[in-house]
Amino acid sequence: MTRTAEQIAHTAPGPRPLPPLGATRAVPLPDVEERLLPNGLRVLAAHRPGIPMFELRLRVPFAGDAAEHPAVAELLTETLLTGTPTRDRVAIDDELAAEGADFGVSVDPERLMLSGSGLVAGLSDVLGVLADVLTAATHPDAEVARERDRLAERITMARAQPRTIAREALQRKRFGTHPITKEMPTEAEVAAVTAEQVRALHSTAVVPRGSILTLVGDLEPATVLAEVEKQLAGWTADHEAVELSPPPALVPGDLELVHRPGSVQSQLRLTAPGVGRSHPDYAALQLANLVFGGYFSSRWMENIREDKGYTYGAYSGVEFVPGGGVLGVDTDVASNVTAAALLETRYELGRLTAVPPTQAEVDAARAYAIGSLLISLDNQGGLASTISTLAANDLSIDWIRGHPARLEAVTVEEVAAAALRYFAPSAFTGVIVGDADVIGPGVRALGGVS
Amino acid sequence: MSPPELHRSTLSNGLRVLIVPDPATPVVGVAVHVDVGFRSEPEGRTGFAHLFEHLMFQGSESLEKLAHFRHVQSSGGVFNGSTHQDYTDYFEVLPAAALERALFLEADRLRAPTLSVENLRNQVDVVKEEIRLNVLNRPYGGFPWILLPPVLYDTFPNAHNGYGDFSELEQASLDDAAAFFDTYYAPGNAQVTVAGYLDVDETMALVEKHFGDIPARPTPDRPSFYEPPLGSERRQAVTDAHAPLPALALGYRLPDPATDLDAYLGHALLGSVLGDGEAARLQRRLVHIDGLVTDVSAGAGLMGALDARDPDTFTITAVHPAAVDPDRVLSAVDEELDKLAAEGPSDEELARQVARWSAGLYQENDRVMYRMLGLGARELLYGRAEIAVELPERLAAVTPEQVRSAAATLRGSARAVLLVEPKGGEA
Repeated sequence: MTRTAEQIAHTAPGPRPLPPLGATRAVPLPDVEERLLPNGLRVLAAHRPGIPMFELRLRVPFAGDAAEHPAVAELLTETLLTGTPTRDRVAIDDELAAEGADFGVSVDPERLMLSGSGLVAGLSDVLGVLADVLTAATHPDAEVARERDRLAERITMARAQPRTIAREALQRKRFGTHPITKEMPTEAEVAAVTAEQVRALHSTAVVPRGSILTLVGDLEPATVLAEVEKQLAGWTADHEAVELSPPPALVPGDLELVHRPGSVQSQLRLTAPGVGRSHPDYAALQLANLVFGGYFSSRWMENIREDKGYTYGAYSGVEFVPGGGVLGVDTDVASNVTAAALLETRYELGRLTAVPPTQAEVDAARAYAIGSLLISLDNQGGLASTISTLAANDLSIDWIRGHPARLEAVTVEEVAAAALRYFAPSAFTGVIVGDADVIGPGVRALGGVS
Repeated sequence: MSPPELHRSTLSNGLRVLIVPDPATPVVGVAVHVDVGFRSEPEGRTGFAHLFEHLMFQGSESLEKLAHFRHVQSSGGVFNGSTHQDYTDYFEVLPAAALERALFLEADRLRAPTLSVENLRNQVDVVKEEIRLNVLNRPYGGFPWILLPPVLYDTFPNAHNGYGDFSELEQASLDDAAAFFDTYYAPGNAQVTVAGYLDVDETMALVEKHFGDIPARPTPDRPSFYEPPLGSERRQAVTDAHAPLPALALGYRLPDPATDLDAYLGHALLGSVLGDGEAARLQRRLVHIDGLVTDVSAGAGLMGALDARDPDTFTITAVHPAAVDPDRVLSAVDEELDKLAAEGPSDEELARQVARWSAGLYQENDRVMYRMLGLGARELLYGRAEIAVELPERLAAVTPEQVRSAAATLRGSARAVLLVEPKGGEA
C-alpha cells in the first residue's frame, strides 16, 4: 500500500530552512610560463598536477578569402594525420596510442585547432609526432581521395540536422557573405579539391608565426618549453598565419522564416550585437545575459520551459567573433507552439529592458558566473582550452584571476544599463527554421517576420 | 597519483553513503543514485522512470517549484539528472562552501517531493520536446539505444523504449507518480555519494543530519532482467525520414559484469581493438581498405561500459552509402571477428588500446563530477566503487587470449541486426 501524492509532499515537522553557505575556498590558478620561439610560435605552459597527463592545444589562425578555402581547409584537417615521409596513417595513430595520446584536428573560419592529450611520460614522443605532421605531412593522394568521399557524406548528414540548417541560415542572415559564414563547405566544393591544393595550403597556412601552442598538465613548464623549442625548431615559414577579419556589424531587422518541409519542431535563432571580453561592459552584459536566458534559473527558461512546456532547452549567450561578440538567443520548440514561443521570447526581451534585473537576480547570476568558472577550470582540459582561448585574444590568465572581482563590482544599475543596451527587442534580427506551411501564418501574424 | 579514499556508511533508514575526499580541488559534488531505471517501469507506462526524474526537480516540501535550480545556481553550482537502464542519478557540483546546501536540497526531495498535476502535465510537455529534439526531428534519433533493444530482446524490461511513447506519457497520472516514488525511492533503495573538498567526519554528520530522519520504507525486490539469448540471428529494418544515408547496428549479449568482470572487460577491449582509432581493425578494413562505410564504432554497453547490470549489449554500428549492400558490411565484420577469434590481437595492439583507455579514465577522474558519478554508479550497480578505481589495472591485465575469446564468443552467438533505411531511398 502506498501513499498519495498529497501524503508524500508533507512531513510532520514541515518545511525546513535553507542552510547558509560555508567558507569559500580559493585554490590559486597556476602561473603560465611563456616563450616566443625564434620561428614565431608562442608557447604557453602551466603545471596542473592531479593526474599523470598533459593537454595540448595548437591554435593556428586559418582565415582565407578564396572560394575554395573552406573545402581545402577541411580536407587538410582530415588528412593532416594520414602520412609523412616516415609514418603512415596507422603508424601515426599507433605511436600516439602507445602513449595513451590522441590528437583531434578541426577547422573553422577563424582557426585550425589541434587538440591532444596523453600520458605525461610520453610527452616528448608526442611532440615528435606533432613536429613531424606539422613540417612534413604529405597529404597522400589516396588519403585525400578517400577523405573527400567521407567528408562529402558527413556533410550530407550534417545538413540533414535541423540545427545545422538553422546555424547556416543565421550566419547568412547576420553576416551576409563574410568568410565567417563559411563554416561548412558544400559537397560540390569538396568534390573539386585536389591533393595539390591541400599540400599547397599546408605550406602557406600551417605556419608557426601567429600560432599558439598551449600545454597544461603534470609537467615542469621550463622543461617543457625547452623541449618544445627543440622539437619544433624545424617548423618555420617566412610569413604569418592569417587572422580572420571582423565580420560586418549586425543589422537589426525582421526574422527570416526558413522553410524545412515536414519539420515537427522549429528552431528560433535570434541575434543582436554584443561585446567581447575586453569591453568595459562585458561583465555587466554577462550578468544581464544570465538573468535573461544564460542559465537554467533564467527568466526565459523558467517561462517557456518550466511554466509553458514549449521547449526542452532555451539558451542565450555571447558568441565571440573577431573584434567583439554577438548575442545569440536559441531554442527549439514544437511546430504548434512556435508562434507562442516567439511571442514569449520577445516579451522576455522587452521585460529585461523595462523591468530590469533585481538585486536578487543579479546576485544569483553573479554567484553562478563565479562558481561555474571555478568548476570549469578544475581540470587540465578546461584550463588548457581557457588559456589557449585567452591568449588568442591577447589576454592572459590574469584576466581569469581578475574576473571574479570584476563580476563582484558590477552594480544592479550597470546590469540594467547593459540590459537596455543589448537586449532591446529592436536590436535583434534572426531566423526561424520550420515547416512554413504549419508555422507561417502564426508567426507572420506577430509581425517582424518575413 | 594515489587512489581515492572511499568511506562508507549506511544510515539507520537504509540509505547508503559513500564519501570520497579530495584535498586538491575547490569544488564538491553530491549525487543521489536511486536503484531504479527504465527497465523497471511498468508496462503501459514506457518512459515513466525518465518522466519521474523530471518531476523530482519540480519542488519539495521546503522548496517551491524552481527553487532547486535557483539554489544550486545561486550557490555557484551546476546540476543535472539522468535515467539509465538500471539507475537514475541526481547530482550537483558546487564550490565547496555549498556542501551542506547541496545535501539539504537532495534530502528534501528524497523525503517529500511535491508531485502535482500541473507539474506532471508541464513536464510531460517538456519530455515530449526532449524526444522531438533528440529522436523525432533528427536523423538517426535513438540509434541504436532505442532501436536495437527490441531486436535483441523479447521481454518488456529489456526491449521497450526508455524514452517512452507519447500516448503512454500522456496517460501518466499522479497516482502512478506517488506509487513509483513510494516503491522505488525508499531510502534503502538509494545511495548518496559526496566527492571533492570535504572533511569526512563532518560530511558524514551532515548526511545524517539531512537524510537521517527520512523514514525507512520497504525496499523493492530487484528482479532479474535475464532472458535467454537469441537462438538465431534476427533482423529488423526501420525507416528514418531524416537520415541521408543507411545505417546498421549489430547487437550481441555481453557477459555479466557482476559475476565475470574479466570476460566483460575482454569484450570491452575487443570493442576498442575493433573500433577505436585509425589502426583499429574495423576502421582499417571497412573505412580505409574496403571503403564500405563512412563511420564505424564498436563497444560494450548500450549506454556506456559498466553502466548496467546483466543483460547488457555489445554494439557495432556503421553508417554506409546506399550503394553498399548491408550484407557486404556484415560479412566484412564477420571476417574481422574470425581473424581475431583465430589469432587474437597482438600484444602491442592491445597495449595501445589499454594505454588510451587508461588515459581516458584519468581524464574522467580529473573532473569531480565524472569521478563522483563513476564511483557512485559502480557502487550502486555492483556494490564496489573500487571497480572504477581499479579499472586501469584491470584493463592492463586483460590478455590477448581474453580478447580472442571474446571475439570467438561473439561469432558463436546469435546477434541482432538493425537496418536503418532512409525514406524513399537515396541515390
